[in-house]
Amino acid sequence: MRNPYRTQKIAFFFLLIATLLIVIPVGIIVLIIIEKGLPAISWEFLSDIPRKGMRAGGIFPAIVGTIYLVSGAIVFALPIGVLAAIYLSEYAKDNLLTRLIKLAIVNLAGVPSVVYGLFGLALFVVFFKFGASILSGSLTLGIMILPIIITTSREALESVPYSFREASLSLGVSKWQTIRHIVLPNAIPGILTGTILGLGRAAGETAPILFTVAAFYLPQLPSSIFDQAMALPYHLYVISTQVPNVDEKTRYGTAFVLLAIVLVMNLIAIIIRYQFRKKKKW
Amino acid sequence: MRKLKESIIEKLILLCGLASVFFVVLIFLFLLKEGLAVFKTISLKDFILGKSWYPISEPAQLGILPLIMGSFLVTIGAAIISIPIGVGCAIYIAEIAPLRLKEILKVGIELLAAIPSVVLGFIGMVTIVPLVKSIFHLPTGLTAISGSIMLAFMAMPTIVSIAEDALYSVPKIYKEGAFALGATHWQTIYRVVLPAASSGIVAAVMLGIGRVIGETMAVMMITGNAAVMPNSILAPVRTLTATIAAEMGEAVVGSEHYFALFGIGIVLFIISFCINVTADLFLHRNK
Repeated sequence: MRNPYRTQKIAFFFLLIATLLIVIPVGIIVLIIIEKGLPAISWEFLSDIPRKGMRAGGIFPAIVGTIYLVSGAIVFALPIGVLAAIYLSEYAKDNLLTRLIKLAIVNLAGVPSVVYGLFGLALFVVFFKFGASILSGSLTLGIMILPIIITTSREALESVPYSFREASLSLGVSKWQTIRHIVLPNAIPGILTGTILGLGRAAGETAPILFTVAAFYLPQLPSSIFDQAMALPYHLYVISTQVPNVDEKTRYGTAFVLLAIVLVMNLIAIIIRYQFRKKKKW
Repeated sequence: MRKLKESIIEKLILLCGLASVFFVVLIFLFLLKEGLAVFKTISLKDFILGKSWYPISEPAQLGILPLIMGSFLVTIGAAIISIPIGVGCAIYIAEIAPLRLKEILKVGIELLAAIPSVVLGFIGMVTIVPLVKSIFHLPTGLTAISGSIMLAFMAMPTIVSIAEDALYSVPKIYKEGAFALGATHWQTIYRVVLPAASSGIVAAVMLGIGRVIGETMAVMMITGNAAVMPNSILAPVRTLTATIAAEMGEAVVGSEHYFALFGIGIVLFIISFCINVTADLFLHRNK
């Protein structure tokens, strides 16, 4: 007769293997980039413009470009996202319209990033005639991160206990005042988490900015939102596939900076969420 | 006055609530606006089933079957790798791992999901590509299978986190019932928890695959970009997404090539729409 405990041991062993098959390669990826990328990092690398056809010098314009793009995206997406989350958590009834909105959010999150690029090209660059510019790129990225901000903000708003609202409403306070002064302040850490996650996503995406803003090589800083700009992820793509004979150190250094920015943002978001859950008084 | 202000604010909130619907429709409309023009020169059947993609030859040949096959091949490979590993890891995290390890693993999975695809593509170029080349004695390591391996790592976090959610939300009394009947932990997982969470796991797998089909940068960097009918997973291929990313920069706005790339965009949008709607149905069947 088969021994069920032995079967269990074997099964659990395979489940552990599956977990290790994810954990170990990811660990290796991060270690490789840290080990080979960290030595490339110097003040000059971070603050100089790319030189000699991007084979030497630094990545400063790409860092600045990414900061501009990400800020633009968040300025656009945060207000819309938070208000949309307020609608879903405070106003929406359980009806077809709400179902439709939720389905749209799921779809918006699932649209391939390169399709966002096409959309940004068709709407902002060609139709609105913004050209390939920081404005076009930011708006495209903003729409892309909207579902992240809506989903996390909504979760944060819904986790505020109903009794808070009831207590406020019973004092004769209006619905909007209740939201503004009671619900929203209690949801701030959750909304912040979503915002940072959105920032991280926008900083790392390449496909949406390919045709909407990214400049192959632009050794000066953009002076207005109608300028093209370099961006870190696109710069990494360019120096690893489009330009021959780039020093390995430069490639790893760029990958390190990009990965560090994205992972640090995500870690901050995770820590805020963790603290928030721990401190929750209700 | 206050009433007026409040009603304006509430209108604004409703408007923003509708924004996502508006954007989804807007994306689809603009893809159609630019993409449908391709069917003036080529029939839908020739576009989808045409076997040659030579967009800049005279006359242009705009059959996207090689690209569909490329996407299909890379996706199948990534699915074969990521589904067992992803679901296995989800079971481990949800059922077996001690609390502390569980939290660390969940953070790790979240960070994996956050790694930009261009970084994964770069890592694939310097690790998997030379490895595939030397193992299979190929002239180039830029092949479909390299793409599959790398993309499996993009699908796994999606699969793990959604499947783990589904497993975790199986009511405790189901498990307790099984334990009370003398079942071992594994028998309980296999016979009770997994079937109860099955629709969530199906949704997890679908969304993971959706992520693979839509992936662009990593796939463009490591699959070799050969827009021909693939005959093996050890040959270079080109996916739908990579074609758009690689060629849109050179396509002249308003040209046949430009319209065709938007046509590919429509195909991708429809595929992702179907996957997401179906996955959503599976997720809601649970509740």
